[in-house]
Amino acid sequence: MAQILEARPLTPVTKYFRLAAPLIAAAAQPGQFVMLRVREGGERIPITIADYDRAAGTISLVVQQVGATTSLVCALEAGESILDVAGPLGMAVELPARGHVCGVGGGFGSAALLCLMRELRRRGLATTAIVGARTRELVILADELAPLCDRLEVCTDDGSTGFRGFVSQRLAQLIEAGGASRPDQVIAIGPMAMMRAIADTTRGTGIRTLVSMDPLMVDGTGMCGGCRVTVGGKPMFACVDGPCFDAHEVDFDVAMRRNKAYQAQERQARDRLACMAQREAR
Amino acid sequence: MPIKRLDKTPMPVRQAGLRAHDFAEVNRGYGAAQAAFEAERCLRCQDAVCEDGCPVRVPIPEFVHRVATGDLRGAADLLRSANPLPAICGRVCPQESQCESRCSMARRFEPVAIGHLERFVADWERSQPPTVAPNLTRSERIAIVGAGPAGLVCAGALARLGYPVTIYEALHAPGGVLRYGIPEFRLPKAILDWEIGLLQALGVEIACNVIIGKTITLDALMNEMGYAAVFIGTGAGLPRFLGIPGEELNGVMSANEFLTRVNLMRGFEFPEADTPVQRARRVAVVGAGNTAMDAVRTALRLGAERALIVYRRSDQEMSARVEEYHHAVEEGVEFHWLTNPLEVVDDGHGWVGGLRCQQMTLGEPDASGRARPLPVAGSEFVLPVESVILAIGTTPNPLLTRTTAGLATNRHGCLLVDERTAETSRSGVFAGGDAVTGAATVILAAGAGKRAAQSIHEALQARR
Ligand SMILES: Cc1cc2nc3c(=O)[nH]c(=O)nc-3n(C[C@H](O)[C@H](O)[C@H](O)COP(=O)(O)OP(=O)(O)OC[C@H]3O[C@@H](n4cnc5c(N)ncnc54)[C@H](O)[C@@H]3O)c2cc1C
Ligand code: FES
Repeated sequence: MAQILEARPLTPVTKYFRLAAPLIAAAAQPGQFVMLRVREGGERIPITIADYDRAAGTISLVVQQVGATTSLVCALEAGESILDVAGPLGMAVELPARGHVCGVGGGFGSAALLCLMRELRRRGLATTAIVGARTRELVILADELAPLCDRLEVCTDDGSTGFRGFVSQRLAQLIEAGGASRPDQVIAIGPMAMMRAIADTTRGTGIRTLVSMDPLMVDGTGMCGGCRVTVGGKPMFACVDGPCFDAHEVDFDVAMRRNKAYQAQERQARDRLACMAQREAR
Repeated sequence: MPIKRLDKTPMPVRQAGLRAHDFAEVNRGYGAAQAAFEAERCLRCQDAVCEDGCPVRVPIPEFVHRVATGDLRGAADLLRSANPLPAICGRVCPQESQCESRCSMARRFEPVAIGHLERFVADWERSQPPTVAPNLTRSERIAIVGAGPAGLVCAGALARLGYPVTIYEALHAPGGVLRYGIPEFRLPKAILDWEIGLLQALGVEIACNVIIGKTITLDALMNEMGYAAVFIGTGAGLPRFLGIPGEELNGVMSANEFLTRVNLMRGFEFPEADTPVQRARRVAVVGAGNTAMDAVRTALRLGAERALIVYRRSDQEMSARVEEYHHAVEEGVEFHWLTNPLEVVDDGHGWVGGLRCQQMTLGEPDASGRARPLPVAGSEFVLPVESVILAIGTTPNPLLTRTTAGLATNRHGCLLVDERTAETSRSGVFAGGDAVTGAATVILAAGAGKRAAQSIHEALQARR
């Protein structure tokens, strides 16, 4: 049981939560995740740890409403509790000893850059954060990120704020520009299509690139293998070996296909939830 | 001596045609008369050879005698003094290769149904008001890692010795394989819940959602948190895959995933419960152990028209309990022995379209002492299935050993322990169950937990 200390919507479909979870806060590292369950009979879902405050004993999560369970999470408010929160799970993202690291966040993935940028700065590395969204209203946490990194790049598909275009296009420009703009390592987190575009952007540049995979998970502790991701032709368990993997080794086709394995049931669950909400409203 | 009846009193079961479509328990258990009747079959041998077959040495003839004389309280107390999980072991132990294989009756006739009697006594015990109360008189606190049978039994034994105990469990519910692996139709979760309730009544604390090695390190348990000793019962939960082409296709999964979705997450109640599970029309389960039988029978219960066991050896090498095999046959499971999977075939859309296999024949014994299966040339064929479930074994989970310095393991990742004391390479850290032996049985895990508790007690006494 973890109490929600703060809950605020960031966009119509994403919500920011700060939870009291002292043990997880004490152990968390950038790149790790927690497993949540919101009710008896509920599903276990993985959520990336956006940030942690060891002194305060809190962790922050950003949840995007995509399915039934995430809708239930997003309906929660400060003062309420989340039934089960287990973590931190997965391996911490590998960080270089020196140089310039660029974190790329797409959609709700931008949230995970908070602890990443803070940790990189603490270690004395040069940092760039590129965050993107479809349009201005959907850009999240830019104000919070700005003081944590050396350079913040905001991108929108429609150009309503910042760079007009995809995060991958902006990254390509930075690489092209060279010098201090060019990162030595890229860490991307967000929708699969965006991570794939980032992988394509840095392929052949010699820039080490990691992507944070979000396959379907059941336990998150290595017990089921449902989270298999094909990396370098071999199956890896994202929850124990990952979730961050070498972007140039990941088979995105397989990953995208596997994420759709329960699409029909997910739709059924979503419709059922909506239907029940309607009935309650009546 | 009175003439003994030659055959076991049959276990009353639910009719195969009905039970294959729901999750209610298959076996219904003896009534009092049937139990007394069966107990009468025991010869009460001078040298109770059956006890040699029991990993925890239940005093079998004596408890059976008490059943025969109607002293059920006496039988229950005696049983529990040796086996802390009798209602569970009475249901899931491979009696045919343990106690019942040694029974003197078995030399000429059928053995005494020791397992069924164990279950009967334990079920009677559950119908009585529990009589335990916490008596935690000692100051040394002990941490248990993992709430499977090894951890639960170790915790119970230590609490009875007066130690305050906390069990840390990674999942949101305790029980280990008893919770997520073994299905309701074989082991009702109410029994597990009752046993866990008993532990809590003894004062054992259970902290779920704590992954030792991730949430809290083993060193933190020992140092900052001040536990006097730690017992590791983390099991062998990491599923193996075959490494054949097509394993990444949608519809291929480990038996652990399939069973966890159904048992722990109650996927059979979807959409009332939130976790979905794939309900395929034709399902192939690869393997022939208890896990494979559980998976294939679960697939039937989820509505599969055809549920197949695919195994590269023969029925002689099958490791599942015979009762489960018989039940599976009755329920309509198809068995493809000497059949080796080569490739999962793509249906053209990234889903399972079939399982390409090869016929095998048995050759000379291999390293395991079992006949080595050899491929028959030109015998390849495709089994038409939409789902492939792999039940080909598990290995210890590396979460804890990866993050803990100085915990010695063998090349399979099993923890190395002193055979006598169950202590690991780290002083004050003990281990038992599947984490040490690799995937084994409930009773071996329970026995290891019990012996480790005694060993921890002795070590702490010596430290004083
Ligand atoms: C489907 C199936 C059917 C079976 N059928 C039978 C049968 O009929 N008869 C029989 O005798 N045996 C059977 N077995 C085997 C038997 O269940 C196991 O041998 C037994 O459960 C092992 O007990 P354990 O306590 O060592 O580990 P487990 O039962 O595996 O429990 C380990 C527990 O530790 C937890 N854990 C792991 N790592 C950590 C960590 N780092 N921190 C905190 N917690 C952790 C896990 O979540 C789990 O709850 C079956 C197994 C399976 C999978
Ligand atoms: S989620 Fe089950 S093994 Fe990774």
